[in-house]
Amino acid sequence: MPAPLSFAGTPASVGYAEGPLFSLDRSAGAYVAKGSEKGERAALEAALAGASARLESLIGEAADDAAEMLEFQLAMLQDEALTGPAFAAIEEGAQADDAWGACLEDEIAGYETAEDGYFRARAADLKDIRDQVLHHLTPHGAAALPAGAIAFGDDMAPTRFLEIDWSQGGGIALSAGSAASHVAMLARARGVPMVVGLGVGLETNGDPVLLDGENGRLVLDPSDQEREAFRARSAAFAERRASAEGYLGRPAATACGTAVRVMVNIADPSEVDRIDASHCDGVGLMRTEFLFGGARGLPEEETQYEAYRRVLSWAGDRPVTIRTVDAGGDKPVSGLTQAESNPFLGLRGVRLSLARPDVFRVQIRALLRAGAHGSLKVMLPMVSVPEEVARARALFAEEAARLEAEGVAHAVPPLGIMVEVPSVAVMPESFLDAAFFSIGSNDLTQYVMAAARDNASVAALSAASQPAVLRLIAELARFAAARGMPLSLCGDAGGDPTIIPLLLKAGLRELSVAPAQLALAKAAIATTAL
Amino acid sequence: MTATAEATVLITHEVGLHARPSVKFTKLAKRFPAEVEVALDQGGPWFDAKSIVKVMAAKAPQGTLLHLRASGERAAEAVDALVGLVQRDFDEGKGHARSA
Repeated sequence: MPAPLSFAGTPASVGYAEGPLFSLDRSAGAYVAKGSEKGERAALEAALAGASARLESLIGEAADDAAEMLEFQLAMLQDEALTGPAFAAIEEGAQADDAWGACLEDEIAGYETAEDGYFRARAADLKDIRDQVLHHLTPHGAAALPAGAIAFGDDMAPTRFLEIDWSQGGGIALSAGSAASHVAMLARARGVPMVVGLGVGLETNGDPVLLDGENGRLVLDPSDQEREAFRARSAAFAERRASAEGYLGRPAATACGTAVRVMVNIADPSEVDRIDASHCDGVGLMRTEFLFGGARGLPEEETQYEAYRRVLSWAGDRPVTIRTVDAGGDKPVSGLTQAESNPFLGLRGVRLSLARPDVFRVQIRALLRAGAHGSLKVMLPMVSVPEEVARARALFAEEAARLEAEGVAHAVPPLGIMVEVPSVAVMPESFLDAAFFSIGSNDLTQYVMAAARDNASVAALSAASQPAVLRLIAELARFAAARGMPLSLCGDAGGDPTIIPLLLKAGLRELSVAPAQLALAKAAIATTAL
Repeated sequence: MTATAEATVLITHEVGLHARPSVKFTKLAKRFPAEVEVALDQGGPWFDAKSIVKVMAAKAPQGTLLHLRASGERAAEAVDALVGLVQRDFDEGKGHARSA
């Protein structure tokens, strides 16, 4: 019996899936030549109409930001200047699929070589448009992911995710991709198991494979033992999740009765629609990078204000902590971040915001205005020295004075900091001016351990359970308790049932977790005895 | 008799004539029967203002002087409307509030 072929990747969405591997990179079926110019022309026209109709229906269902990206794609697709060369090629004898592919290849190349980063980023939209039409040209179309199949490819477009019916199970295995990507967030929100960074190209043949989204593994040709072990882990996970549901509606407390506050981490404001606010103690981290991505360029004040206000109104009296834009590192934003040889150690987080006050002030104004509508707290990412907090605070004061003069309703929120750079973790006494501390365990771990969080080959080093990381967290907890500094943790470790007991023993009493991990986190807290 | 109109407008929008502004720009241009073209240089090349592919291909960043010309029915009206849209930063400042 051959040994199972097993590949390690990074878990991007927990859960287990068993099913055939389905390639995202190839069309479901080969293109069937129509045998005549008229036939080829009709095939392309039908595929263009099909792709347009699909985009229109996605626009109807999408959130504002996604809808704008899709509208751009639709306008391009319906432009004869885009489709004309393909029809001309068909007239000269080409097949519809070749004509369309070549026509888009030229267009994509034009964008890829653009000097302006904004225009360069549109190449991805053009590729998405190309693939949508190609899928409509083949017999089984784009929505042909078989029920329960595991989608495999380099990366996956969010539009592709949205059109797949995940109700029959299935999962996502990507050779590249990122746990921080838009599609990974969608997968977590829908509970679709996903592993990224597998680093392999695979042939797909319809044999069932095993996808372990909890431990980040993909197994091809599993042995019987491997399959049994997988099913046991899957069943145990399902049981944990089911029993955890019972904890959702109750305030979190340890086995010995110590209360723990559990908040949620969100990004897109629409995420709150799927969360019962009474199941959590507020929002411990609202990321704002989401607003800065996509086809729309940098977000204007009004867009940001509406997004923040929507989350505050959902939360009611519960506190909402919004993090100022944490661009840079693994989250490039065109028009804001710059290419750097070592972006994790570069101009990112508050460093970038302070370097671009034109962009930062817009966000500050939106936050100040939103502050009038709920219990808002604002936190600065990547703080390294006290001066950064002072400079940000001064900008908040200046914009507040301006709003005051304009007679615009606003409120100055408490300004806290992320503790993720070791310089803050070892000298917290220098940051007593901050209103609160929130440990960003992902970055703190990668900086303490000098192990990149996006590099699968050093994943074991980049773990918050490393004793050096846990000691720093315990010292921060002691410091915070002695000085009355509110302290929480909002990294992935906070939602990891195996690490939660360690964090509680280190003294933390407030965790912020992904919405899908809320129940499991509360269950893990309830079974921890301090 | 064919009416013609011309104008020049400075793009002040922070990302220029980019994806979303281009959608608005071409949609507005298509509302007029006149033939409308844009160029980054008076001497051309001129691009069809009703084609998002062509307008995007112009790659006009912030600070670009955009030349417009139109000919045909309601040519002046078309140029005025498009100049107004560019001057208003494609209506993306205040008042761009969307329902939550």
